Amino acid sequence: MTITRRVFLKNTGIAIFGMTAMPMFLRNAMAASTGTGKRVMVVLFQRGAVDGLNVVVPYAERNYYSMRPTIAIPRPGQGGGDGARGAAIDLDGFFGLHPNLAPIEPLYRQGLLAVVHATGSPDPSRSHFDAQDYMEAGTPGVKSTVDGWLNRALQQEREPRPSTLRAIAASPNLPLTLRGQAPAIAVPDLRQFKFFGSPRLVETNFEAMYANTVDKVMRGVGQETFEAVNTLGKLDPQKYQPANGAVYPSSHFGHGLREIAQLIKADVGMEAAFLDSGGWDHHVNEGAVQGRMGNLLTDLGHGLSAFASDLGPRIENVVFVSMSEFGRTAHENGNRGTDHGHGNYMFVMGGAVKGGKVYGRWPGLAPEQLNQDRDLKVTTDYRTVLGEILRSHMGIADFSTVFPDFIADRPSNFLNLIRS
Amino acid sequence: MALGKGRPAAVYSLGDISSPIAALALAAAGLWLVVGLAVGLAVAAPAAGPVPSPALPEPAAKTPERPAREFHLPRSFKGNLPITELSEEEATLHALDRLAFGPSPGDVQRIEKMGLAKWIDRQLDPASIDDSVLERRLGDLTTLQMPSSELLSRFEFPQAQAKREGISLEELQAERRQKVRQQIADLRASGRFNPARAGLIRVDGTPQEILAQLSMAKMLRAIYSRRQLQERLDDFWFNHFNVYARKGVDLWYLPSYERNVIRPHAMGKFEDLLEATARSPAMLFFLDNWLSVDPGAFALHREEVIARRRQAMMMGGCEFLGPFANPVRVLRCQQRMARQQQRRQPARPAAKKNVERGLNENYGRELMELHTIGVHYTQADVIAMAKVFTGWTIRQPRRDPAFAFDASFHTPGPKRVLGYKIHAGGIKDGEQMLHNLAGDPRTAHFICFELARHFVMDQPPEPLVDRMAKEFLKSRGDIRRVMRTMIYSPEFWSRQAYRAKVKTPFDLVVSAVRATGADVRIALPLAQWVGRMGEPLYLCEPPNGYPDTAQNWVSTGALLDRMNFAIALGTDHMPGTDVDLAQLFSPGATGNARQALQEAFAAVLDNQVTAGTRNTLEKRLADPQILEAKLDDPVRHVNEGLILGLVLGSPEFQRH
Repeated sequence: MTITRRVFLKNTGIAIFGMTAMPMFLRNAMAASTGTGKRVMVVLFQRGAVDGLNVVVPYAERNYYSMRPTIAIPRPGQGGGDGARGAAIDLDGFFGLHPNLAPIEPLYRQGLLAVVHATGSPDPSRSHFDAQDYMEAGTPGVKSTVDGWLNRALQQEREPRPSTLRAIAASPNLPLTLRGQAPAIAVPDLRQFKFFGSPRLVETNFEAMYANTVDKVMRGVGQETFEAVNTLGKLDPQKYQPANGAVYPSSHFGHGLREIAQLIKADVGMEAAFLDSGGWDHHVNEGAVQGRMGNLLTDLGHGLSAFASDLGPRIENVVFVSMSEFGRTAHENGNRGTDHGHGNYMFVMGGAVKGGKVYGRWPGLAPEQLNQDRDLKVTTDYRTVLGEILRSHMGIADFSTVFPDFIADRPSNFLNLIRS
Repeated sequence: MALGKGRPAAVYSLGDISSPIAALALAAAGLWLVVGLAVGLAVAAPAAGPVPSPALPEPAAKTPERPAREFHLPRSFKGNLPITELSEEEATLHALDRLAFGPSPGDVQRIEKMGLAKWIDRQLDPASIDDSVLERRLGDLTTLQMPSSELLSRFEFPQAQAKREGISLEELQAERRQKVRQQIADLRASGRFNPARAGLIRVDGTPQEILAQLSMAKMLRAIYSRRQLQERLDDFWFNHFNVYARKGVDLWYLPSYERNVIRPHAMGKFEDLLEATARSPAMLFFLDNWLSVDPGAFALHREEVIARRRQAMMMGGCEFLGPFANPVRVLRCQQRMARQQQRRQPARPAAKKNVERGLNENYGRELMELHTIGVHYTQADVIAMAKVFTGWTIRQPRRDPAFAFDASFHTPGPKRVLGYKIHAGGIKDGEQMLHNLAGDPRTAHFICFELARHFVMDQPPEPLVDRMAKEFLKSRGDIRRVMRTMIYSPEFWSRQAYRAKVKTPFDLVVSAVRATGADVRIALPLAQWVGRMGEPLYLCEPPNGYPDTAQNWVSTGALLDRMNFAIALGTDHMPGTDVDLAQLFSPGATGNARQALQEAFAAVLDNQVTAGTRNTLEKRLADPQILEAKLDDPVRHVNEGLILGLVLGSPEFQRH
């Protein structure tokens, strides 16, 4: 009999964190439970097209270095002036992590973090806005889709009394990914998600006004708002203490992850969470180890590492996935930046993930191996990755509406990166 | 939701503490203590209101299903405007909602007296309207009129300042925070602290002051300008040609960009506007074109530079002494130069990396996709377009920025873009391209679609867009004439368009302040509320600007903030803004809650209120928080501010 790590973890609660554990942390982890066990999917959208070739670096590709004379990340151990810290962190002898992602290296080693490379949308658009829409709608090339893939996935699960808080975006407005028939709400800031002043009269009046309006749009959003306020008002975000000494970066991204962790632990019925981060569009002075992109990756690394330790054993119920509208040119451009490209990377992280591996077929970076002579090819449709998470982790069986015209539910297509 | 598809919501910087507006917004949270106290004090008994009865059958106050009724409005009022589906009152409100930022006290009566057609004519000719009242209010915002060079010399880059003072950027920021805390503490101690000024103290003397003043000016103009249509179009065009204030040096360029590029052309010719943006340092920097050079031309240029340097080397950098200088002086100078050279040496390897430059596609793509024709291009078009604009750059970007064309970096030879053959040479390549783009039927359609979506409805009727596009082409992109065509179309005045648009956060805040006739002394807290609702001013990072359709703005978090804003403003707890309840309500309303509610409906919604909202609020008028007793006064007074706030937060007020 094989004891899956999942079972093992459920029994010990702390096994996976052993490497970095501290006494206080151990006690907390022991005390914590995995809650109601509701499965959660957390989606990060990196807007602006992140340069995946500098996030997960194909350092064994000679072409990578000839194409990127000033912005390449040095091979492991060849960090020059910066020593070991200035070089890629080896993952598997071929790929390496950007050095500023050192905080998540342990997650990869512990098998919680997987990478998919050369993934993306089959649509050739290099327009940020079209490509984001296509990716979020889940229907590349189709402009008329008005709802998002994750919302349609939630429509598949029929619960007798679905929670208003099933789907939450940590942003002021609802992203297309979560728009649609299934209830989904935007919570920009938990600390301010309440009626200020004297709540009772104000709240009852507003609630009744919005319940009685003939304006269907306003009535729907109003109802969701009041239900959410009633539940979330009971949380006390000001006093929230991340577990296990986790320290989130004080960025928009760090703040969003922290609130998502709090919502997961509060068992409010959330199944899907969304957040995004911007500023990845580096046409100019992208930087290599240091620089603008390097700073954003520091934020990403610290955020994900804090999220994982804050969740503790609850990470068993969570799968985090990142995506970006497209990748960037394999060659650096004339301004030490990169232009809009095609294939990219995705991170998949969580207790159910078969991590510690870089998935996907690597198409290579030789001139004849590139997409339109300039970009990394897409060898894994991003919907294959999402589809596997939805099916194996979230238990969604029917993809006919989630990803129409895309057969993601054929197990042979899956990368087999999620334990089911 | 029966809504069209738009851009995904842009989510930036709200949680970003480094953003001043966002940071200030956090400070605004303190205000709630005050509101809590003020409103909370009035809580006497917990008498909970009755649970609202489930969805009353609505007397069709305003529903799309209501049978079409035809109105025959007098010529003196409507002139040649094709209004048949709206009443005189509705048409007046519709004009104020769409062509202005909502009615201010007295506006409706003024239009009824003057006639709607005449009011529109005057709005289309803003120069004919005296706007001195606004000018006075803008008087304190001194950075608005400064050229970029002055802003650059006055507001030092924080990095440069830190370097000059020999400290790190973090230390500089920490020092600054400490100074601000001390200043606020001192003001508090002396009893002279004004919460509305807190945000201003924080940015005072820093580059962020430029952003604060821009945001305040935008609020004040929208609220108080009598040239309302001009302000609406400024807002529209800035958003169309969006530039993000937090990209590098663009913050210093923005006042000039809005003042010299957007505003003068907002009702002029589209081609002039397009060309002004193409030449503006703000856009050249934002979309990276200032760095885009032809790779071949650059290599050539580098060889020339190297040759010149080599020649200079022979003189050891002392060629300035002239060919007939005293040899001893030359020798000394050469020794000095060599020493300097040695000292500089360590920095050189890094500097060497900087030399490689080439084509940048960013502007070429967005010029087509966002500024002119829409997504109708190939990757080959993007590259050719980038080549057309090589050499369009910024002279002295950090001292006295101005447009410059550097012929040595321009790609020579003919180019083919979008089926146009460009072979004018030099700067004329770009000029010809802009001319072609401005007159392209796809541009006409794209721009007119955006205008109709903004001013009429989220999914504008195709015949309307076509009619506007035809006028666009006929008038060679005359924005005023296109606007006129739109306003003189029946679609603009259709029942379907009436109150069909959801207000953006900016629309909501501005229209609420206008409705209350409030006096805005410091507009920064209002701007912070706009940011909190998801539309931080001048801080839209993607070049496409903020979305213009309902589904991007109607969401739970934003709706909660809209209601909270309404209560803060109505109860007069908005720092820097005074709502004069005595002016807004009649003396009789103080003792009569029903009357106060009527007056609030009239002031805020011009009585365009549905039965649902009316019944809901009427039912709760006896609540002790509405009828409050003051300790020193046995007579119970109506809490008019609370009533006003509730009406400002109603579903009806979210639309226009």
